[in-house]
Amino acid sequence: MAESDVKLIGAWPSPFVLRARIALNIKHVDYEFVEEKFGSKSELLLKSNPVHKKIPVLLHAGKPICESLIIVEYVDETWTSGSSILPSDPYDRAIARFWAAYVDEKFFPSMKGIAAAPNEEAKKAALEQVESGLAFLEEAFGKISKGKPFFGGEQIGHIDIAFGSLLAWLRVTEKTTGLKLLDQAKTTPQLAKWAETFCQHPAVSGVMPETEKLAEFAKLLFAKMKGINPQ
Amino acid sequence: MAEESKVTLYGYWPSPFAKMVEIALKLKGVPYEYVEEDLTNKSQMLLSLNPVHKKVPVLVHNGKPIAESLVILEYIDETWKNGPQLLPMDPYKRAQVRFWASFVQQQLQDSMIKVAMTEGEAREKLVEEAYEKMRLLDEGLKSFFPDGNPSIDTEHLGLLDVVFVSFFGNHKVHEEVLGFKVIDPEKTPLIHCWLKALLDLPLLKETLPPHDKMVAFIKFINESALKSSTA
Repeated sequence: MAESDVKLIGAWPSPFVLRARIALNIKHVDYEFVEEKFGSKSELLLKSNPVHKKIPVLLHAGKPICESLIIVEYVDETWTSGSSILPSDPYDRAIARFWAAYVDEKFFPSMKGIAAAPNEEAKKAALEQVESGLAFLEEAFGKISKGKPFFGGEQIGHIDIAFGSLLAWLRVTEKTTGLKLLDQAKTTPQLAKWAETFCQHPAVSGVMPETEKLAEFAKLLFAKMKGINPQ
Repeated sequence: MAEESKVTLYGYWPSPFAKMVEIALKLKGVPYEYVEEDLTNKSQMLLSLNPVHKKVPVLVHNGKPIAESLVILEYIDETWKNGPQLLPMDPYKRAQVRFWASFVQQQLQDSMIKVAMTEGEAREKLVEEAYEKMRLLDEGLKSFFPDGNPSIDTEHLGLLDVVFVSFFGNHKVHEEVLGFKVIDPEKTPLIHCWLKALLDLPLLKETLPPHDKMVAFIKFINESALKSSTA
């Protein structure tokens, strides 16, 4: 399949774009990565995703697919090379989709809540939410992985991608708050180990942003959001 | 064995999220037990079945609980092969259905709630935003109904039909309470025809909550919300 047949519109800092990249890597799909410039949206993006005007957008033979988790399922259903991302049993699939939705609807907003907190009290409340979310995910990992390295078992699965794509941002949050959120020793031993294994996986290691680089980008992003010039 | 394969739906009669699951089960001809939850006084059973979100709907099948309405719908489609196929076979079409289902459930629903909770000048702007989102859906529907004529029958209902009718089947209630034409035949002609065709199906019409009961419920909710915000 010609490389230009598959295009991914995205940007390196986005965890949602990362999901699509990991899925494509798992399936050994060659694709052209069309990088959006920070602060502006290309004609191609606006044309391909007129509803949300957001990245990622997967273009397969010119047809756009939007929303990261929808893209991951599309990639899993379209390419049969590599391992399966979603399990085959309907109940296991429901559990995988449940936790992926949880990451998007509850966990990720709670992470954003830390950065957006206007005062110490709000920050503390946001951190507690993240910690309780991690506790849920730690318990889920135990039940779902059944002793294997990933949520998906021997191989990376849907929950691994949905949650693992946030790890770089989670590490940036640890850096800026000075708190250990994924804690080997105390609260999340299984997740701490999983995070390491996930980041080293060949489908992930080449595309996961480096924490330092992302932390620098985060400064730019927050400055832009607050309307001030970054130092 | 009979007990294990039993299906139980924990729902709440005014909830469109629970309603879509009911409709899906009926379309598939799945016998089920319905348990009405009082969301102001959640049962221990509900809290133990859905500890993460503590919400309805929850579907229990083979003794195992599944939460999140869209996740449940896909589980139903994959588990029971009678009745209409809720998701198409083609991966691109599946991606489109999932995209719009999520749009209806999150974006459109969100807009309606914002309008309901706002008064005065700010409301005008929110109504316009709601219409804009409806227009986007109307545009999107063109790929589902290329000849502009949605003719529907129960054998061919899909996930998007089920989701949309669950949220907007009672649009006359919203119009009466909110005082604006939620489904405007001039602004969104395709949506208007589509909804009319859906509501012509007895199974859908009879499963939706009765108009007067819903009006009384929404009025009660709005009054309580206003009281607590002005207290």
